Amino acid sequence: MSVRAKTAIVGASETTRIGVVPDMSALEMHAESARLAVADAGLKMSDVDGVATAGLSPVSVAQYLGIDPIYVDATTVGGCSFLLHVRHAAAAINAGMCEVVLITHGESGRSRVGMPPRVADPSSPPGQFEAPYGTLGPPTMFPMGVLRYMKEFGLTHEQLASVAVAQRKWAANVPRAMFRDPLTVEDVLASRLIAYPMHLLECCLVTDGGGALVVTSAERAKALAGPKPPVYVLGTGEASETPMVSMMEDFTSSKAFRLSSASAFAEAGVGPKDVDHLMVYDAFAHLPIYGLEDLGFVGRGEAGAFIAEGHTSPGGSLPLNTNGGGLSYTHTGMYGMFLVQESVRQLRSEASAQVADVNISVAQGVGGMFAAAGTLVLGTAAAAGV
Amino acid sequence: MSPTSDTHQHKPVPKPTPETEHYWEGTKLGELRIQRCNECGQAYFYPRPSCPHCSSTDVTWVRASGQARLHTYLISHRPAPGFTDEVPYAIAVVELEEGPRMMTNIVGVENTPEALVLDMALEVAFEPRGEQSVPVFRPASAS
Repeated sequence: MSVRAKTAIVGASETTRIGVVPDMSALEMHAESARLAVADAGLKMSDVDGVATAGLSPVSVAQYLGIDPIYVDATTVGGCSFLLHVRHAAAAINAGMCEVVLITHGESGRSRVGMPPRVADPSSPPGQFEAPYGTLGPPTMFPMGVLRYMKEFGLTHEQLASVAVAQRKWAANVPRAMFRDPLTVEDVLASRLIAYPMHLLECCLVTDGGGALVVTSAERAKALAGPKPPVYVLGTGEASETPMVSMMEDFTSSKAFRLSSASAFAEAGVGPKDVDHLMVYDAFAHLPIYGLEDLGFVGRGEAGAFIAEGHTSPGGSLPLNTNGGGLSYTHTGMYGMFLVQESVRQLRSEASAQVADVNISVAQGVGGMFAAAGTLVLGTAAAAGV
Repeated sequence: MSPTSDTHQHKPVPKPTPETEHYWEGTKLGELRIQRCNECGQAYFYPRPSCPHCSSTDVTWVRASGQARLHTYLISHRPAPGFTDEVPYAIAVVELEEGPRMMTNIVGVENTPEALVLDMALEVAFEPRGEQSVPVFRPASAS
C-alpha cells in the first residue's frame, strides 16, 4: 500500500541555538524544538497524539511536554532514526492509528549535558570482533572503506577533500553554520590526520542542538491550513546492513543506502533526475560520494570528480547539503534531523542558502557506521499533485 | 585511582559468549577457527550457530589456513585505551583465503600508507590479551 502524498510535514524547527549550548540539557533541546515545531504548524501541544524519538525515550519526551500519546516510536538505529520516524508516522497516520505525530531530536553532543554515558559491551559482536583492535568512535571505523574505494575507482585525496570545500561554499551563506570561512583543498589536506586517509576537516563537527517535526495527514494539513505550506511525504525507505563496519558486504558502497533509496524512489514514482535538492548525511567526507552513487545520481566511481568539478556547489546542477552539512553546519551526533529540517526549508523557500525552484528534495540518512539508512523523498504541493 | 592509571590502561579484552567460545578457545591454541555451512558450502565469520548466507544451522567449525590479504584499512591517530604507545596504528580488514573478512591489526611492518599496500599477502599471528588471545596479521613469510 502506497502512502505517497497522504501525509505531510506541517511543522519543523531546530532549537533556537545550535553549536555550543552548554546551558541546555539534551532533554530540553528535544522540548524546545518540539514547542517551536508545534507552533510552526499552527497547532497546540494538545493536538499531538503521537511521539517519536531516538536517543532518549519517547516516554520521557512525551511526559516532559505533557503529552499523552496513543502512538510511540522509539526506533533507534543511529543518526537516520528520525527519517525512519517520518516513514513510520506516515504509515501509522494513514492506518488511522494517530493523527499528529511529533518527532524530536536533542543532543548535547559537545557539552554532554544530560546525556546518557557511553558504555562498551565486550561480549557484543563489536566488543569481541572490533574493539580489541583499537577502535575509538566513528573516525576509527566509518572511513574503513575509503582506501578500498580509492584503489577500486581512482578517487584522489584532492577529490575527497573537495567534498568539504564544496559544502563550505554553501555554509558561507548560512549564518547559523558553525564554520563559514572559505576553505581550499590545500587547507583540508593540511589539517591534521585523524584517521588516515581522513583529515580533521573531512570529519564532522561535534555540536549541541536539536530539532523537531510535526507530521499529519494531507487531509488535515489541507483542512486546517497552518501558517506554512505543507511539505508532502512522497516516498520513504529504510534498511539496515550491519552493526560492524568490518562486515560490510562491499566497502565501496552502502547496501542500506541502495535499499532504502530504491524503496523511497519507487514509492514516490520519481528518480534521481527529478530531484531538485539533495541532502546526504555527511558524518565524513566520503559519505556524499557513496550517497551520490548508491542513490543513482552518478555512476560508480564518478562521484569524486562530480563534486570536485563543482556540480554540487552553489550554482551547480545538483545542490547538495545546502546547510553546509555535518562538516560545516552542525553535527550533534544523530545529525539526521538536520537533513530533514533543511529539506523542509528548501521546499518552503525559506532556507538561508535558498535554491531556486525546489519542488522535490531527497534526504538520505545513515545510522551507525553504514549500519542503517533512511530515505525521504519530500515535495511541494505541486510535486505531490494535491 | 593512581595517577599512572591512565597510561597503564589495558587493551580491550573480548568476552566470549556461548556461541563464540569455540573461536576464542582456538585462538589460545594458535588456531583461527571459522565456520563453514554444510548446506550452501560458504565459509563465514563472525561465529554464530546459523549460516548468514542461507540460514542453515548445519554448520561446521574449520581451522582457517591463516592466509589472508589486506582488504582495506585506516590509520588511527587517536589512541583507544591501551593503544597509547602505538599511535598512529592501523585498524584493518583482511580477507581470509577461505573468503570471509575480519577486522584486525597489522604487526611486523610499519603501519604507514607506504608499507601497507592493499591486497598484500598476510598471515595470522596471535597476541595474548588478558585471559584471551587475539588474532592479528603480519606480512606473509616468503616460503
